[in-house]
Amino acid sequence: MNSLVLLMLLPIIGSIAVAATPRTKEVLSKQLALATTVIVAIATLAMAMNFQRDNVDLQFVEKYSWIPTFGINFSVGVDGLALVLILMSTILAPIVVLSGWNEAHGGRWSVKTFYILILVLETMMIGVFAATDVFLFYVIFEAMLIPVYLLIGGYGTGERSAAAVKFLIYSLFGGLLMLASIIALYVMSGAQGGHTFDLQALSQLEMSSTTQNFLFLGFFIAFAIKAPLWPLHTWLPDAAASATPGTSVLLLGVLDKVGTFGMIRYCLTLFPEASKTFTPLIMVLAVISIVYGAILAIGQKDLKRLIAFTSISHFGFITMGIFAMTSQGHSGATLYMFNHGFSTAALFIVGGWMIARRGSSTIADFGGLQRITPVMAWSFFLAGMSSLALPGLSSFVSEFLVLVGTFTRYPVHAVIATFGIVLAALYILIPVQKALHGPTAPGNEELRDLNIREKVAIAPVMAMIIALGFYPSPLLNVINPASAHVIAQMGFTDPAPTNGDK
Amino acid sequence: MTTSNSLVYLIALPLLGATILLLAGRRADKWGHILGTLMPASSFAVGLYQLSLMLGRSAEERPVGQKLFEWISVGSFKVDAGLLLDQLSICFVLLITGVGTLIHIYSISYMSHDKDRRRFFAYLNLFIAAMLLLVLGDSYLNLYVGWEGVGLASYLLIGFWNQKPAYATASKKAFVMNRVGDMGLSFAIMIAFATVGTVSFAGIKEQVDQTSTGALTAIGIMLLVAAAGKSAQFPLQAWLGDAMAGPTPVSALIHAATMVTAGVYLITRSNFIFDAAPTAQLLVVIVGAITLLFGALIGTAKDDIKKALAASTMSQIGYMTLAAGLGPVGYAFAIMHLLTHGFFKAGMFLGAGSVMHGMNDQVNMRKYGALRKFMPITFVTFGLGYLAILGVPPFAGFYSKDMIIETAFNAGGIKGILLGSATLLGAGITAFYMSRVMILTFTGTKRWDEDAHPHESPWLMWLPMAILAIGSVSSGFLLSRGDALVNWLHPLFDHHEEHKHHLLQPIVVSGLALTMVAIGVAIAFFKYSRQEVAAIAPENVSVLTKIARQDLMQDRFNEAVFMRPGQQLTQVLVKTDEAVIDGTVRAVGQLAMSSSSLLRGVQSGFVRSYAALIFVGAALLIAGIWVVVQ
Repeated sequence: MNSLVLLMLLPIIGSIAVAATPRTKEVLSKQLALATTVIVAIATLAMAMNFQRDNVDLQFVEKYSWIPTFGINFSVGVDGLALVLILMSTILAPIVVLSGWNEAHGGRWSVKTFYILILVLETMMIGVFAATDVFLFYVIFEAMLIPVYLLIGGYGTGERSAAAVKFLIYSLFGGLLMLASIIALYVMSGAQGGHTFDLQALSQLEMSSTTQNFLFLGFFIAFAIKAPLWPLHTWLPDAAASATPGTSVLLLGVLDKVGTFGMIRYCLTLFPEASKTFTPLIMVLAVISIVYGAILAIGQKDLKRLIAFTSISHFGFITMGIFAMTSQGHSGATLYMFNHGFSTAALFIVGGWMIARRGSSTIADFGGLQRITPVMAWSFFLAGMSSLALPGLSSFVSEFLVLVGTFTRYPVHAVIATFGIVLAALYILIPVQKALHGPTAPGNEELRDLNIREKVAIAPVMAMIIALGFYPSPLLNVINPASAHVIAQMGFTDPAPTNGDK
Repeated sequence: MTTSNSLVYLIALPLLGATILLLAGRRADKWGHILGTLMPASSFAVGLYQLSLMLGRSAEERPVGQKLFEWISVGSFKVDAGLLLDQLSICFVLLITGVGTLIHIYSISYMSHDKDRRRFFAYLNLFIAAMLLLVLGDSYLNLYVGWEGVGLASYLLIGFWNQKPAYATASKKAFVMNRVGDMGLSFAIMIAFATVGTVSFAGIKEQVDQTSTGALTAIGIMLLVAAAGKSAQFPLQAWLGDAMAGPTPVSALIHAATMVTAGVYLITRSNFIFDAAPTAQLLVVIVGAITLLFGALIGTAKDDIKKALAASTMSQIGYMTLAAGLGPVGYAFAIMHLLTHGFFKAGMFLGAGSVMHGMNDQVNMRKYGALRKFMPITFVTFGLGYLAILGVPPFAGFYSKDMIIETAFNAGGIKGILLGSATLLGAGITAFYMSRVMILTFTGTKRWDEDAHPHESPWLMWLPMAILAIGSVSSGFLLSRGDALVNWLHPLFDHHEEHKHHLLQPIVVSGLALTMVAIGVAIAFFKYSRQEVAAIAPENVSVLTKIARQDLMQDRFNEAVFMRPGQQLTQVLVKTDEAVIDGTVRAVGQLAMSSSSLLRGVQSGFVRSYAALIFVGAALLIAGIWVVVQ
């Protein structure tokens, strides 16, 4: 099966099946959701096997006329970048379902609705990375907000409504700017050979540099909110603190990647000149995000907010790698997107289990878990090691590639960013010490260790974190040609060794 | 280069051990320590086999390599998972696996009452695997994996009893300070790639001549930062004393014999960089000289036997760093001292563990005394280590340390005199504080706690001590006989600038050193043997002693300069993020809400007023864009 459209249909079919189950049979709806996501993951893996990795053209291309009046097509296709992100999304989905088996209970709506939302969201996650029609991308980009809004507002904890609204307003604001840019592109395409929303065609448009700068900003601000880049980040900690762990995984692991994906796919492709104009500013914002996110993470008292801030730091690395415009930086950034999906998933999932058991997300309420719940504690520790990019684990490869790739062109930025690795040691080891080490804190004595279902859910994540640390080639082989293609199209070549100007 | 397919087993065996022991959990409690000991022992056997093969080849043919797979390849950044075993790395392989196996055996008994003994062996195996990767990796990036791997193992082992908050803090401190050093390694690798275009040892060595001194100096200084972090050298030394929170076999293996010497390995391995970067080399020497005195001074004031030994380790590694900074004439002596130190310091740490074992884990030497009669084997093995570290002929330290002192004097000019004097002074202070340890622990009167019943340790513990004691006696002689080690390592280093000053003849150096040692011993003897030792440390001591007891204010400095300002910055930023950045966002949102309400002249629900805002905003934006596009 080599059809992206069919792949997108699978979760929809699953959601219809879930919708058809009786409201009382909650377990059945969970099982159906799990089965669907597993099938989708296998189908994606099978497709990935058929991907020709040295071919830089879009593959698995499909195109159906959608709204002919406006020249809008339902067209999809993937390159290495999109494939890797779709793969990440569809592998994460069953892990989210299985690890958060009970997190829909106590929500505003039924358990079955929760899984319908998750499955609909999965379809959109595939679509948003696969779309090659700008209008189709925009529609999915905005439509994705609805299930996430409902998942946070309906099933979250604490101030979930406020957090959900904040998330929605921030995102819609960015989406609005992007919409304006898209309409402008559409209008211009009409003047230059026919109205279209086709990404390839739009990238050939002639436009003045002022126009390009404005339109670039429309897209970039939308993506910088999503990614999120400092100072547009304040929605994320609130959203992550209120969402269920599973929702947080999808939000930070997948949806936020649409931001960094969009920077590559839309900002660089459509507005290469404007991208270069704004690169100095973006590089500074990226470095600020890295350091700022890390320091803020150190200062958090709430576990979920802490993880959210670490992600702001990590997205800074990804953005920096993208705009450094070297093959190492670019490939590193793409690999970073994939690896971050799993290391953050591990932190949120295991952190979520800890919080659910303890009934509190305040770090100070934990203590001594290593001796009460060793498997859970070890899982959290390993996830933390991955977050601080310990060599031998997957995130090291991507983080180091970003740093070395940035250094060859922007040494000062890379040097400042490298200080982030010391800060990372602090933001991981401080919660590790408080929650896992020390004497048993009151209220922790009776906590249960992971059960079989939870172990099965987390094991593949851990296995992937370790395996890809030692053997990242399968992914890099897919990513490298796509990255090289973007760099070449932007007119960049890697800086040659300087020999220290000798 | 010749290929050997068996190098990977050196690392794979202990790694397999660690994996099995960690995954099997409690099920492996019964046999975990056996498996855990067999793994490094098997690696040791592989190492001996490799050595025998090496001996059968000519000097140029000795290095062997093994490419495992392509690890990272992006553009011109290509790094293979490759191993390199040459004359230098084989020294480390045998030290790590040999001393490592002995310490595993010791731990079987030492940790037998700990219900987590299996986990302890898992960590030890993990450490052995990472340390072997560190010394076998054929590029700086491969080395980096081992480098942080040993840091992780060290963190886990320092915090093995992390249910005690102070121990958990000590482990975190070690990891964070090591990461500061690791940052230096990151920078070195980045600079190397940006300037030379490769990160492999062979690749950089080949291109040294085409690379500017500035670039090489930058790489060298960053490597020195890395070495300072891992080897507890000034100014990144403050973690080592706290690292004594780990079980004593850990202190012997990781924080004396092997991991903390990784910095010396790094500098020696990077000889082709330092030889071409005199400024970086000078900094190495300065760091070494400062640290050897710094550690020795701290050692004079410590009552905790492990912390006294830790200060001594810091100081002895200072000697090695200094020697490594002296270039081709010094590398072999740095490694020789590293090997002899591996024997005598590991032996003394195991001895300290044996004493603690018999004294209810008491570490305060003021509560010891007269243990000679109750722990004769411990006394003798520790005593041989003591003679070795002092540099009394013919014990091991005599050969290795005197060589360093001599080479320091012969560095020439003022530099030579300063360095030589520092090493001589260090030798005197070493004699003082080590004699103090000996006297307080083994001689004099009993100052024990009521419930202490000292007894000799079981054979599983004293046997490794005895074997290490044999090393303390003979290793110096064996390694320097016929310049064995110097000739063995000779092909690796570039000797074209070698020149011997011979400011002082070897016999003069030995005489001076022994005089200093005698003075140090004498002072200790009169101060601690002739007078009654207080069981509680006296408070009416000189300011200098007070400062030395506080580790020369190293923690106070770090806390005042880095920690507290950092904590304040964090607090300020957390508040600013909520009040200023998010506050601005909220204010803009509210302004928009109220203006959209005004526009419509109606008060309505939150979401509806937002929808209106979207509509109006979109219309305005599209109009604006339209104008721009036209």
